[in-house]
Amino acid sequence: MSLQIEEQRQTEGPDGRPRQELVVNVGPSHPSTHGVGRVVVHLDGEVITKADMIIGYLHRGIEKMCENRTYLQVVPLTDRLDYVGSMYSNWAYCRAVERLAAIRVPERAEYIRVIVAEMQRIASHMMSIGSAAADTAAATLFIYSFDERERIIELFEELCGARLTYNYVRPGGVAFDLPEGWTDSVLEFTKAHRKALDLMDRMYFGNVIARGRLKGVAVLGRDDAVAWGASGPVARGSGVDWDLRKHDSYSVYPRFDFNVPIGENGDAYDRARTRLLECYESCSIIEQAIEQMPTGPHKVEGQPRLIMPRAGDAYDHIESARGSLGVYIVADGSPRPYRVKFRSPAFCNLALVPKLAVGHTLSDLVVVLGSLDPVFGEVDR
Amino acid sequence: MAIVDRVGSALEHGPGRVVLSSLDALFDWARSHSQWVMPMGTACCAMEMIASFPFTKFDSDRHGVIPQADPRHADVMVVAGTITRKMQPAVIRLYEQMPDPKWVIAMGNCTVSGGIFYYDTYSVVRGVDEFLPVDVYIAGCPPRPEAVQDALMQLREKIRQESIGPNTRHVRKLTLPGPGESRASVEPSEPGEVG
Repeated sequence: MSLQIEEQRQTEGPDGRPRQELVVNVGPSHPSTHGVGRVVVHLDGEVITKADMIIGYLHRGIEKMCENRTYLQVVPLTDRLDYVGSMYSNWAYCRAVERLAAIRVPERAEYIRVIVAEMQRIASHMMSIGSAAADTAAATLFIYSFDERERIIELFEELCGARLTYNYVRPGGVAFDLPEGWTDSVLEFTKAHRKALDLMDRMYFGNVIARGRLKGVAVLGRDDAVAWGASGPVARGSGVDWDLRKHDSYSVYPRFDFNVPIGENGDAYDRARTRLLECYESCSIIEQAIEQMPTGPHKVEGQPRLIMPRAGDAYDHIESARGSLGVYIVADGSPRPYRVKFRSPAFCNLALVPKLAVGHTLSDLVVVLGSLDPVFGEVDR
Repeated sequence: MAIVDRVGSALEHGPGRVVLSSLDALFDWARSHSQWVMPMGTACCAMEMIASFPFTKFDSDRHGVIPQADPRHADVMVVAGTITRKMQPAVIRLYEQMPDPKWVIAMGNCTVSGGIFYYDTYSVVRGVDEFLPVDVYIAGCPPRPEAVQDALMQLREKIRQESIGPNTRHVRKLTLPGPGESRASVEPSEPGEVG
């Protein structure tokens, strides 16, 4: 089921000579599809002439399930969407609910949200860089980056008791205040993490084998990235200067000083390196946020658990580790949402696979998939 | 305890010694210390499954547990994550590609019962034991890596008690459930069918 030949047939090449077309199935259980994606590729020799991306193997009907729950009960469901970056789905959903119900979030809660979101960005990028490298047989980087991720997971566990599905950001604030001494542990982590990033940069991105494997593969032009609706590191790797934290700033992000790393060539190397450089910026944002963080309540005092917004709709989006994550909610005045729609960046970025894979060899398909960093919980929903 | 303990003491008395044991004990000892795991990760639990394999501090290599993506080389299938109706035939096919003897660990609430997706969704299989013979269940959403390690230890104990005869529980016929039929017919095969 992982990799197998579907059919063989004789066709005529563009030069009029006969050629044998081979249809090969990759997935849905293949270690380098990063989940349960399936690609059916048509091969001429070893070169891909056509690639079909087939999704839906993890369609769990989360958007439909949201309609049967109260606004607060939906938050745990959003954890299971982007399971590498649960904080983002929590936050994007809560922002939309807060806009719908006109809830004003305390300042301290906003700072806590920024800190956990940036830590989540580091964790997600570590997973993305490491697993994409492991697909191209550079397993050493995976061990280093997974170690970094594990430290963040431990800090999150200290914060909210869960390692993966946090249910931490809630409408009106966050679930718990920071534990005592937690910010010191975070500052220790960011200090150590910068050194680890330096090491990874030298070890992988300076490596001649990795450069040879990633440079010039899956090139996405600047205009194409805009036209295909790419966002996040996929768009920024192609030179599109688009980051919602900067260009449609939300929460307390305008108060921080940070850069948006941008690639030049739009190939797999630039996308992966953009992610690495973003981790430096995230460290800087975390440090600034801890320094500026005010005291005060971590959630709205006296807010009822049953949120009943008036009939209407609201859309809000944040910059997740994969791009613009939007949530659209329609309310009909009842305690349950009438419709919840997630605009997931991984889904939009994954649409690029048929475009990017053509012309490359079958072995480069894993580079194409790894550089787009799909999370199928979010793609299929 | 295991046959290997008696081998050591027999060798102390010099060469040419004989150890008497049952074939079951020999095979079970070998099988229980070499569990090659096929990671059937589909969703969130797959992240914790990766965390419990030999990449981080939860080093499973020391127990002889090695992840092996190819089902033809694997002994244990760890089903980690939600199995949807669309994914179900693929899981069954991968299970059938694994050589006997084979075991299944159901990791996470989704594979135990459907978990958070039990009540009001239309596309999720309510537990992999509807179509696979599960040996060890791990509860949790997702379970901690320590729980995965514990499940592998429990499976080791279970393997040690099994017989290598043909009519063991892990040789089963699997069929996809038809429309309106939730549980697949999981029947033990006839003795002597597998040589």
